[in-house]
Amino acid sequence: MVVWLKRGLGLALLLLALWGMDTAATNYLEPTYYTLLVNIGRFVILAVSLNLINGITGQFSLGHMAFFALGGYAAAVVTKMVGHRLFGPVPSVSEGIPAFWYAWFAGSLLFGGLVAAVVGLAVGLPTLRLRGDYLAIVTLGMGEIVNIVIQNQEWIGGALGFADLPLFVRPGTGIFWIYLVAVATVLAIRNITQTTHGRALMAIREDEVAAQAMGVNVVRYKVLAFMVGAFFAGIAGGLYAHQQGIITPRDASFVRSIEIVVMVALGGSGSITGSILAAAILTALPEFLREAVGRLPYEQQEGARQLIEQLQMVIYALLLIVLMLVRPQGLLGARELSLRNLLRRRKPRSAPEPSG
Amino acid sequence: MAHLELDKATIRFGGLTAVSEVDLEVRPGELVGLIGPNGAGKTTVFNLITGVYAPSAGEIRFEGRPIQGLPPHRIAALGIARTFQNIHLFQSLSVLDNVRVGRHVRARSSLLQGLFLTRGSLGDEAEIEAASRRLLNVFALEDEWNWRAGSLPYGDQRRLEIARALATEPRLLLLDEPAAGTNPQEKDALMQLIRRVRTEFGVSVLLIEHDMQVVMGICERIYVLDYGKVIAVGRPEEIRNDPRVIEAYLGEAV
Amino acid sequence: MPGSAHHLLEFVQHLINGLYLGGTYALIALGYTMVYGVLRLINFAHGDVVMVGAYVALFAAAGLHAPAPAPWYQTLLIFLLAMAACALLGMLIERVAYRPLRQAPRLAALITAIGVSVLLENGGQLPWVFGSQPRSVPELVPRVNILPTAWGLSVTPIELVTIGVTLALMVALQMLVQRTRIGKAMRACSMDREAAYLMGIPVNRVILVTFALGSALAAAAGMLIAVKTGQAHAFMGLMLGLKAFVAAVVGGIGSIPGAMVGGFSLGMIEEMVAGYGFSSWRDAIAFVLLILILLVRPTGIMGRAVPEKV
Repeated sequence: MVVWLKRGLGLALLLLALWGMDTAATNYLEPTYYTLLVNIGRFVILAVSLNLINGITGQFSLGHMAFFALGGYAAAVVTKMVGHRLFGPVPSVSEGIPAFWYAWFAGSLLFGGLVAAVVGLAVGLPTLRLRGDYLAIVTLGMGEIVNIVIQNQEWIGGALGFADLPLFVRPGTGIFWIYLVAVATVLAIRNITQTTHGRALMAIREDEVAAQAMGVNVVRYKVLAFMVGAFFAGIAGGLYAHQQGIITPRDASFVRSIEIVVMVALGGSGSITGSILAAAILTALPEFLREAVGRLPYEQQEGARQLIEQLQMVIYALLLIVLMLVRPQGLLGARELSLRNLLRRRKPRSAPEPSG
Repeated sequence: MAHLELDKATIRFGGLTAVSEVDLEVRPGELVGLIGPNGAGKTTVFNLITGVYAPSAGEIRFEGRPIQGLPPHRIAALGIARTFQNIHLFQSLSVLDNVRVGRHVRARSSLLQGLFLTRGSLGDEAEIEAASRRLLNVFALEDEWNWRAGSLPYGDQRRLEIARALATEPRLLLLDEPAAGTNPQEKDALMQLIRRVRTEFGVSVLLIEHDMQVVMGICERIYVLDYGKVIAVGRPEEIRNDPRVIEAYLGEAV
Repeated sequence: MPGSAHHLLEFVQHLINGLYLGGTYALIALGYTMVYGVLRLINFAHGDVVMVGAYVALFAAAGLHAPAPAPWYQTLLIFLLAMAACALLGMLIERVAYRPLRQAPRLAALITAIGVSVLLENGGQLPWVFGSQPRSVPELVPRVNILPTAWGLSVTPIELVTIGVTLALMVALQMLVQRTRIGKAMRACSMDREAAYLMGIPVNRVILVTFALGSALAAAAGMLIAVKTGQAHAFMGLMLGLKAFVAAVVGGIGSIPGAMVGGFSLGMIEEMVAGYGFSSWRDAIAFVLLILILLVRPTGIMGRAVPEKV
């Protein structure tokens, strides 16, 4: 019981710290930087959850954003349609949103995550038997199917997107919510990797034949990894929908999923801290570039901004190619960044090639 | 009663009958050899027993229970473990983690428990680690516990594979050419190790081996496979003098 | 009865459209299947080679001041230029991006292929490359109906040319693969690259030729499609490529006749499903078909199962 007491205390401290961070950021940061922090948090959730599938389990999903969009739509239906029916319209931010709405919002996020996980189960069960490169195409196809199915649903906005969603994630609340989920994602996936279940996933990545000979139910574990990854991506979608006030079918597209794939590959497949680092770098960098553009003469700004937009994917692509050619294991490989590891590096190494 | 029984086990790939009506049994605690020229179907027999392939005909029983057609992970859970002819370690995992994966099948906590690192899950992990380290001690790999498995010397990799297989707590151990690529000293040590494993872990052993010195040295009974059929069974000295075996191996020293 | 006659006409029209669509898919699918055959790699960038082919044709037509419609020899010249340029591009991609990863895990090569694809698309839309706006393509081959309007059917010269060129190229490729030395070497490589290498087959050259051939076919498809639709844009190869890949899987990836069968099947199915009430689902059809075929017959229509060695 002591363990749970400690953990309860930890949770309370975390909530307090997040609230403090949020308040400080709201009061002292420019809105662009506040938004940047929220966006980094979102990409951390997406990259770490995709890392569970692509990095730790060694599968290759190109459809992560499909789960994101599904979760976003599902959560939006719960807040905007069901919530509206039950409690009337959400008051505008200026009128003040009563607390119970936030509880409802939290529930909608969970629901979005569960919907994504269930779809992950439905897609994963038949397709995860396939070899890696086929899986890539099937998950890509899944993204396009989700995209087109949503486009044909007029009741949730069709091709134009589901708009006018309540803004639960905004300065004053955004950092709290996003980082609460980000911490939960990182902890959950780190915990998995430290147990026999995580080792089963890594065994699948290393050698499927040996893994099943050792008693690992390969299909079951692949599906589980797929579902857990989808769950967190779905929650990220719910957060995003209520940050932007709109979610569109294009958010499911595999073109967007590639951004997350780049983050996982850059950080190092299998390294959770690597994914966090890469998500932060790749989200912040374009923002700082845009910032730098602001210092150009006014008449050049518009063109420069467009160029950054256009160049972003070109740079991602080059990054991906050069990375695979030069350092396929990514920045950190499968290693984790931690104080202990940093300190240990100073000492002479006992074994010629220690792992872990 | 026989521990493992193959009853007319057969598998066909397209038109090719790779294993044809093989009858084979391993009694509890026995050390049995499976030999034959290249391409005779020895590894295919292992793949049938461990569920990599389902037999086209015939029956495979383990401790009286039919197991043919079960998936590999179920068969591992029932108590059959194996090594591979061309080493299949989890290359970039640590030596300890390789053995810990072997313990996976004996763990009881669920993924959800793992997610929250509950007491059940932590207890499981402690037990897995302790048992795995004990195994590393038996196999004299305890100092290398944190090495990448792929960076171990060849002979150590072969031993690690056996340790990993034993971590699943099998009652039957299938070894696929454990002596391949080892030097004479290592061979002697390996033979002693296999004998020791059998008594210390209480397993029966079925062994594929090309090295006649090893097979004749430790096996109590030997099956000879040629073109997917059993052509001879018997004690090592019987097999050594069997004309059919000599014919099958013509040109190879028996 | 005029009612049933109308239905029949509509059906024939979908048949023609499906044949045209299937021909373009088949042409592109050939490149996927050939590369997969020798390298076991999904060459993600293949669809974007289609796009480059369309642009090369566009620039060549402008450079030659080709009128619309152009005389046949000019059209042929543009066609050959596009194919040659893309053959070079394909070889370049193989040499720079894929060859260094020949021994790497398969996923590394796949990720690189995705990178090359994204690079061609987004690099292509940069202002000093092709630009982000669609460009109009001259009507080198007429795209007007040649049947009397009263028939209620539409068949255009460009469609006929496409179907004809597709069939001709397929026959040529089949002859090349079955009858020539290099074709025999390609087949050997796709059966067992190691063994082919040990038997003295210049594997690297064979792979380069495979890329050159596949990319030339992609360029042919790109030009034909651009002339038919009247425009080219940097992302035109994305969906085309994906669908053609699905066609290759449906037919049985690695099999050249399979790619043809798969291409025509997908074109026909897509046209029929979209034509009879599901037009807004057009782009999803291929992927649904892909999932179905992988569940029911993962080796595709003409593919053979290869047991994995343990």
